[in-house]
Amino acid sequence: MRLALLALLTRSPAHGYELKQDLEKLLGAAYPQPNVGQIYVTLGRLEKSGLIEGEDVEQSGRPNKRTYKLTDAGREAVLAWFEDTAEEPRVRDEFFMKLALAPQSGLADPIALINKQRRQYLNTMRDLSKLAAAEDRDNKISQLLIEGAMLHLQADLDWLERCQEELE
Amino acid sequence: MSDDATAAPAVPTARPATPIVRAEGLTKTHHGEGAPVPAVRGVDLSVQPGEFVAVTGPSGAGKSTLLHLIGGLQRPDGGKLWIDGERVDAYREARWAVLRRRSIGVVFQFFNLVSNLTVADNVELPALLAGVSPKAARDSRAELLAELGLEGRERAMPGELSGGEQQRVALARALVNHPALLLADEPAGSLDSKGTREVLRLLTRFHQRGQTIMMVTHDARMASAADRVISFFDGRIADDAQLGGGRRPGPSGGVSGVLELKE
Repeated sequence: MRLALLALLTRSPAHGYELKQDLEKLLGAAYPQPNVGQIYVTLGRLEKSGLIEGEDVEQSGRPNKRTYKLTDAGREAVLAWFEDTAEEPRVRDEFFMKLALAPQSGLADPIALINKQRRQYLNTMRDLSKLAAAEDRDNKISQLLIEGAMLHLQADLDWLERCQEELE
Repeated sequence: MSDDATAAPAVPTARPATPIVRAEGLTKTHHGEGAPVPAVRGVDLSVQPGEFVAVTGPSGAGKSTLLHLIGGLQRPDGGKLWIDGERVDAYREARWAVLRRRSIGVVFQFFNLVSNLTVADNVELPALLAGVSPKAARDSRAELLAELGLEGRERAMPGELSGGEQQRVALARALVNHPALLLADEPAGSLDSKGTREVLRLLTRFHQRGQTIMMVTHDARMASAADRVISFFDGRIADDAQLGGGRRPGPSGGVSGVLELKE
């Protein structure tokens, strides 16, 4: 979340709750939102490392709110973030280890493991389809997030199919 | 779904209703140029009225053959088959043709519309063949085409339509006689993602109204629209899973787990 918050602050200074709302609006209801507490903690750390600067703004009848702006070092960090390519997603390591070790252990049948895992993926796929249908159609970012999750899951299901073909 | 569901076949809650499809030891071997290839190897299966069942599996697993056996498009080498309580495995083509007209609608990957008939005639033809009056056939056709968003396309020829539109016409044709069972063989297999979503939305809608559907697909996203998924491997049912229903995803699993963006 660190860099997402920094990137949001490139537009203009903002306080923690605004940033939470911006994230929600951008990513849609589908995205599991960080709670506002997590956001304040992260902002505190970013300030300590000199990437943002906080300033207290007085509010009548309420506690002060702290508004943050990006420092030059923060802007550099965002630039470097955009510069880097992201890491590739990884194979489901834990399931793969179970599958690899099941025959030796004698405690689980690989095909039963595959079937169980497939059921979970299919159910999640179903939930994602429902979520996509419920989510605002015009929020492209949110729809793409869900579609991305579905395509990853599809790949995992294809891979399970390959495992089953080879191991049966 | 409970964790121990793996062992138990996904039998829908016990009901006295006659299954729409019941198969026992269904077998089919293809005799091509090389050695005989067993495509369906002793399948037991029961589909209850109102179920939406997807059959998935790798290509060559025999899932399309299974669907073709159930629709009488191919004949089994062995085993028994009932459609809506009627034993049909020994039927010859003429009786199958009557049964399909009355009780089974079929949608194929490549639509299989009659290319020199208009959209309207393609949809009305099976109704007329079933002995419905021309007026009633026209009415059913008009209703279905409107429902499928094809109003105004009645006079078009299939070749003038997009793939997605052609598949919707094929769906109207399959449903015009109100079949007890709709069979769909890779119904989105030759469509783009927009056409795929459209077909899926329509199948889901007809299912919600009570249409029994059996669909073969290699696409997990399609399959997850069904409420029961049969995984077919090497001519056999490897798993038969009921989707939905009381699943409690753990904190790191389920839908929020797959959507969380990690840095």
